[in-house]
Amino acid sequence: MGLMEKFFGLSWGIHPKDHKRPAADAVTRIMPAPERLYVSLAQHLGAPALPSVLVGQRVKKGDLLANPQGSVSAAIHAPTSGVVAAIGEIPAPHPSGLPVLAVTLAADGLDEWSEALEATPDPFALAPDEISRRVAAAGVVGMGGATFPSALKLASSRKAGVTTLIMNGGECEPYLSCDDRLMRDEADAIIDGIRLMLYATGASAAIVGIENNKPEAIAAMQAAAQAYSEVSVRSIPARYPMGSEKQLVQTLTGKEIPAGSLPAEVGVVVHNVGTAKAVRAAARYGQPLVSRLLTVNGGAVKHPGNIVVPIGALVEDVLAFAGGFSATPGRLVMGGPMMGMSLPHARVPVVKGSSGILALAGAELADREEGACIRCGSCVRACPMGLLPLEMARHIQGDDLKGAVKLGLKDCIACGCCAYVCQSHIPLVQYFAYAKGTLAAEDRAKLHADATKKLALARGERLAQEAREKAEVAARRKAEREAAKLAEAAAKTATAATVKTVETEGAPA
Amino acid sequence: MSAADYTDYQAARAFASPHAHGGGEVRRTMFLVLTALVPATLFGFWLYGWPAFFLWLMTLISVLLFEFMSLRLMGQKNAGRALGDGSALLTGWLLAMTLPPWSPWWVGVLGAFIAIVIGKQVFGGLGQNVFNPAMVARVALLISFPLQLTAWVTPLPLTPLTAPGFIESLHITLGQTPVPDAITSASLLGYAKTELSRGIELAQALTTSHAPQLSWLGARAGSLGESSALLILAGGIFLLITGVIRGYAPLGVLAGALIPAFIAHSIAPESYLDARSHLLSGALMLGAFFIATDYVTSPTTGAGQLVFGLGVGLMTWIIRTLGGYPEGVAFAILLMNALTPIIDRVIKPRILGRTWSGRPIVSADAGKEA
Repeated sequence: MGLMEKFFGLSWGIHPKDHKRPAADAVTRIMPAPERLYVSLAQHLGAPALPSVLVGQRVKKGDLLANPQGSVSAAIHAPTSGVVAAIGEIPAPHPSGLPVLAVTLAADGLDEWSEALEATPDPFALAPDEISRRVAAAGVVGMGGATFPSALKLASSRKAGVTTLIMNGGECEPYLSCDDRLMRDEADAIIDGIRLMLYATGASAAIVGIENNKPEAIAAMQAAAQAYSEVSVRSIPARYPMGSEKQLVQTLTGKEIPAGSLPAEVGVVVHNVGTAKAVRAAARYGQPLVSRLLTVNGGAVKHPGNIVVPIGALVEDVLAFAGGFSATPGRLVMGGPMMGMSLPHARVPVVKGSSGILALAGAELADREEGACIRCGSCVRACPMGLLPLEMARHIQGDDLKGAVKLGLKDCIACGCCAYVCQSHIPLVQYFAYAKGTLAAEDRAKLHADATKKLALARGERLAQEAREKAEVAARRKAEREAAKLAEAAAKTATAATVKTVETEGAPA
Repeated sequence: MSAADYTDYQAARAFASPHAHGGGEVRRTMFLVLTALVPATLFGFWLYGWPAFFLWLMTLISVLLFEFMSLRLMGQKNAGRALGDGSALLTGWLLAMTLPPWSPWWVGVLGAFIAIVIGKQVFGGLGQNVFNPAMVARVALLISFPLQLTAWVTPLPLTPLTAPGFIESLHITLGQTPVPDAITSASLLGYAKTELSRGIELAQALTTSHAPQLSWLGARAGSLGESSALLILAGGIFLLITGVIRGYAPLGVLAGALIPAFIAHSIAPESYLDARSHLLSGALMLGAFFIATDYVTSPTTGAGQLVFGLGVGLMTWIIRTLGGYPEGVAFAILLMNALTPIIDRVIKPRILGRTWSGRPIVSADAGKEA
């Protein structure tokens, strides 16, 4: 930190202790499929996938288990060969542990790949849309944790005319090193994947941004990218949340993404480096996303490191494979310590977006009772979005959610910088999550109420219409009846007249 | 460890992110500020002798008692722990530093009561008060007891009189021995005001032999802990380096007071004191680094703090120069405290991706390709 920065605090974000080593330097391990895998059907942003297998069905590694459903969704594949044991609910990898629908697979131990994979020697010979299609078929989602279906992002970038592909190698979350490890181990594959993504999106250049606390990864990626002028690898300052889309784009391109817009608004799209590898596997070898590299770390872990884990493996299996605990953990977290989710227990499955499993020891947590805000302004300085966390929290405490929205609640990215620096240990992120959730529920309730109102109005109108029609029909009938009566009467007089005539003129013929 | 550990783990509850914390603590911050006050305070003890120490001690004990009683009255169960955050101690310490060093004991106790009970707890306790509690007490005391609050003593180590001993000092603090006239002295600001009001030009007044002298080290008649500009500055720099305070407010205070002082003195040296005298007199230094930087009662943004500081500085100069009181830092702070909510309402940081008015920015690339 410079002197000016020190005296005047001219910066966003925080510099947390990164705890990345020694886990980042440990050799990558590969975890074999455990006996049972619990493959969640809702492990991407959007609608859950629809199962396409039956219980008892035999599948091979890479076979389709579930189809995407709706416009934003992703396919799910078998992480190993075996038999579908059940399709039902399991606890979700979420603090609530609420149930989620999953396909339970009993592994046969052979780990045989499916024969149906579409490999291609030269994916650059395919049409760009064909690459997106293959990526969709492989169920690839954003590997940084947001898990947005990648194929949709590739196709929409092409439509939006994106010119620059930003590759996120920031990995600013403390403790996590899976992207670092991947870039060190498989730089060539990542660069190949980036080139495929450039081809699929039609962007002309790719910039890989890597935080300067990962010199090995920067060196490996620069060496791998040397042959390709369209891919540049840049070292960026290590600062949390550098890996956040808006901050990364601004750091690398100087462009500011307008509030409420996608990066495409400024001609860029952001993908994680891990996604590039998955895109390559899908486009070149037709391999679906069935495993991922994740970091097992934390003060309570005996042998921290990075492990290739099949999707659907239980956290307890991964921890057992990693070598177990050295101490009783105070908290289990999926993801990083800043934005990750606490786990209710270890019997939840790894999903496509799991970048890490942390077993944090008590000393790392700094759990304290919430104190009074002393308005020190640390949160204001730390907020990478330029918000006033203390003011927003004050409004939320007073149940003035609209006031919080006015202060920019909807611009909050929940990065946790404010709560990290808070001297009074106020759980600011929790306040904001509560407010956002309540507002979303209110919006839904309002939609519901509006729909109900509409229906009620329509019913009223319909009833009125019916009444009107009934009245009309009744009136018509009455008119008809009267007309008929008149006609009858007329007919009667006519008959009478006829009879008279007949009487007077003699018998009819 | 056995596999049973994994199946045994059960979260006590759902924890909100983030799961890591930077380690900052209110208690640590308060402790750092107290540490920064130590050099100037020790110098004050040396300068003014045992009575200064007794007054300081009296004030600190009183704030702790009043804070504890208030917390208890409000039904806080672990009042003892809340006391440990150091905020009351800091308030008391700052108050003591602004008092005349030979004030009787009840000045400290009454000041502590005003600061803690009326200035802080009545508003709702830590973080809720609008006005700086130490300054509220300082001003209330000054208005209520102008005599006791302006009884400045000449620094004893520099006089032929021997400093009062331990027991004699106790008598002074207990108010049994009145402060002898021989060792009281006017502060420079008070002296200048009096001389000006008598129609004597400053240049003439300040060259006479009995005019108070100022120095950076601070051997002058004044409040317990305000006299040494150098040691207060050292404490301020310590706070800047440890990141407890930022430079905006101190810069604002000094600029706000010294720039007009410099201009006025350049134009009419016979009726306006020079910038150096303003800087080294009264509570300007202490106010700039320790009072205007109070978290609770000053704005939260850097720009807001600068405006706040400029306001404090300017008000101080105006009160010192045009007002009825020779010193104006405490009044200036309170006036600007009242403006803090407005400053915070008007001066906000720009949200990323939005203009200053809060609308989404229009990107230069927009509309190029849709």
